[in-house]
Amino acid sequence: MSWTISENDISDLARGAAVLGTGGGGDPYIGALLATQALRAHGDVTVVTLDEVPADAVVLTVAMMGAPTVMVEKLPSLDEVTAPVLALGTYLGRPVTHVACAEIGGVNSTIPIAAAAALGLPLLDADGMGRAFPELQMVLPTLYDITASPLAFSDEKGNIGVLQTVDNKWTERIARVACVEMGCSVMISGFPMSGDQAREALVPGSLSRCVEIGKQIMLAREDKADPVQRIVDLLGGRELFAGKVIDVQRATTTGFARGRARIEGPDSTLTLSFQNEHLIAEEDGRILTTTPDLIIVLEHDSGEPITTEALRYGQRIRVIGAPSDERWHTVPALAMVGPGYFGYDLPPHRFDGTIEARPGVAA
Amino acid sequence: MHIGIDVGGTNTDAVLMNGVHVLAGVKHSTTPDVTSGIVQAIEDLRTGHEFVGSDIDAVMIGTTHFINALVQAKRLAPTAALRLGLPATKALPPLVDWPEDLIEAISGKSYLAHGGYEFDGRPISPLDPGELRAHAADMKAAGIRSVAISSVFSPVNHDLEVEAGRIVAEELGPDVAISLSHEIGRIGLLERENATIINAALRELASEIVDGLTTAVRAQGIDAPIFLSQNDGTLMDEDYVRLYPVATFASGPTNSMRGAALTSGLETCAVVDVGGTTTDVGLLMNGFPRETSNEVKVAGIRTNFRMPDVLSLGIGGGSIVDTETGEVGPESVGYRLTTEALVFGGSTLTATDIAVAAGRADIGDASKVAHLDSAFVERVLARIAERVSEAVDRMRTSPEPIPVVAVGGGSILLPEHLELFGAVRRPENYAVANAIGASIAQVGGEIDKVYAIEPGRREEAIAAVRAEAIDKAVAAGAKPSSVEIVDFDEVPIPYLPGNATRIRVKAVGDLDMGA
Repeated sequence: MSWTISENDISDLARGAAVLGTGGGGDPYIGALLATQALRAHGDVTVVTLDEVPADAVVLTVAMMGAPTVMVEKLPSLDEVTAPVLALGTYLGRPVTHVACAEIGGVNSTIPIAAAAALGLPLLDADGMGRAFPELQMVLPTLYDITASPLAFSDEKGNIGVLQTVDNKWTERIARVACVEMGCSVMISGFPMSGDQAREALVPGSLSRCVEIGKQIMLAREDKADPVQRIVDLLGGRELFAGKVIDVQRATTTGFARGRARIEGPDSTLTLSFQNEHLIAEEDGRILTTTPDLIIVLEHDSGEPITTEALRYGQRIRVIGAPSDERWHTVPALAMVGPGYFGYDLPPHRFDGTIEARPGVAA
Repeated sequence: MHIGIDVGGTNTDAVLMNGVHVLAGVKHSTTPDVTSGIVQAIEDLRTGHEFVGSDIDAVMIGTTHFINALVQAKRLAPTAALRLGLPATKALPPLVDWPEDLIEAISGKSYLAHGGYEFDGRPISPLDPGELRAHAADMKAAGIRSVAISSVFSPVNHDLEVEAGRIVAEELGPDVAISLSHEIGRIGLLERENATIINAALRELASEIVDGLTTAVRAQGIDAPIFLSQNDGTLMDEDYVRLYPVATFASGPTNSMRGAALTSGLETCAVVDVGGTTTDVGLLMNGFPRETSNEVKVAGIRTNFRMPDVLSLGIGGGSIVDTETGEVGPESVGYRLTTEALVFGGSTLTATDIAVAAGRADIGDASKVAHLDSAFVERVLARIAERVSEAVDRMRTSPEPIPVVAVGGGSILLPEHLELFGAVRRPENYAVANAIGASIAQVGGEIDKVYAIEPGRREEAIAAVRAEAIDKAVAAGAKPSSVEIVDFDEVPIPYLPGNATRIRVKAVGDLDMGA
């Protein structure tokens, strides 16, 4: 069933996106404000479910690429958000009919809303990851041989580029260079899909899920119930650990905010390893959960999601493990987003602690 | 000798100090007009300890006038916000997330113009003087009396803000105040711009207040320089206040924390201030409050100027105690304590009643709480101690032990010892601690910018930034020989090329009182 997203849904959606963002995505404030302004100026956005999308629809993802730190200073303009979508429509020779989120987490869950509002297009209740990952090609459509290219990018000055590349690695390489030249914050649109392809390749229902998570956290607080337990129930996950942050180490290497946090519980210590997103949860040397399943850090009582940047000594937190989309657990997917890809020599562990196929074997 | 005065919302405290020794301290209710309150405070001090005007080397004043003016949306100047950055930033113009009533209160007008820089210092677009003059003409027609100018990445390069300020001033004349964002905030355009707009809206009031304070002090035969307390615990002189009134915003909690520390003789400690409704926990490091790293909302406006990091718990002397569970707060009887608490013949069980029942305080009629079950009383107090202990633990930055200083009327709720932290210290002279905090004579300079550091030249770059901060402290009036770097922070920025690093340095020195 289609529904409409209005200004009033944005705070719930942003909070939900911070939960599914598993520590990454940065401060959602600017993205939420951008979506709010666009909805205020252009009216509500219709959100359609994947089964409602016509087979011949032209679907594009919209996202921000670059440094979140730049975006809080060089704020975007709406033209910049719509330009790559329009440019790609021109390149494809067919008008774009639907906009989708590439990832559901941080700023990239709200930018497509602004784009859809300004373009007057419907938004899909779906996304390419069901969570957040740091690189362009880390989306489920990649597993269906849907490439990022042709991909359009634009800056605030009106510069627009359309890339037609041989594979996603090249798209990432060329787009990164252009992104830096253009001031390290650009809007991109890509992964052109038909309605049938979107139905097959995207994670269904992620926007509704996001809003629902945000809403349930607030409702649980009002009911004086436990917001963390609500999220566990909603995601079908489990609580991995509760304790106090006793140490956070960070280093920025190769563009990632890499680091480790140690959380002390009553009888044991949990170590979280992150690179923008939380990737590994390990209790006294025993692996509890790894990427691609979701490792979510929440404030102990309020259930407020905490980004990796905001983690600090003394916080009382609870850590949740939750299942990612089943397709992330296939061998080629694990080669792309499993612990091995991020440099950890570990077999991937599901949120319930079970070990799955070693990545890289048949990828 | 010098005088410290803290003008709070309810009380005005004043102290006469000789170095760090309190010669006299007075406290009375704050008066609606600045002048008479200051006059009265100085006269009272004279009664406590005779002095003549020429004995006084400096007068330091902490005031909540400016933050109150904003919160009450009163006496704010008609203000324009001009941002340089087109074609970027269009989707979120100045004043975008402001409460409607405040935009009205400042008759806010918002303008976008070309200019601004990229993260690495390349220009986004050149300044367009014609565009700026047209905006200025519109401001003039709208009766604007104060202008806030912001520019994209002005913490990296601020020359366009300065140039735009010059052009706008040419059009509007010398009576219109100009505030530049790079002098007020740090990275984060909207938050820095918001702080600048608030500053702009307060500029007229700042002149009025400074004139009032000066007149009051001079009328007492005191010719010494007058300083105001800033959020970070350092001082600014009167000319600086006229330009940057927003820097006084959080001086209340800051002066309270610094006063508590000085009276307890500690430089690094946690300060637990238990009032009627809340307990505020802050951290003092080397004599200065630890500041928030996050955005702070003031009167519903998101800003990022430096405020002391304070964790508030809903526990105070007036907190209502649940007779079933023994949980305390967050509801409080507030100022009605003296009628509603059991010990005052009321019918509400408050935290004060618990303290009296436990024999920790002699307030009201103890026989009215004699019926309380002693196990229940102990349980309530233990729970308060546990929550405060946890709050202090959250505030500290490492597992290192840290001494705890308790202040405020409600501190009778705290035990002699806190788990994890040992003995709780209770300094004397607390009644006038805010004024003592205000009287601590230090001035500082701070730099917070993003630098592209070339490989192998890190040391050189850092040394240059440190020197810049020290120069700034000296320019603010610090004795050069006393200036020290009290805070240094270097954070690499993810996703940016060229080793872009945000460096923050704060230098502080003793105020040069000419002695």
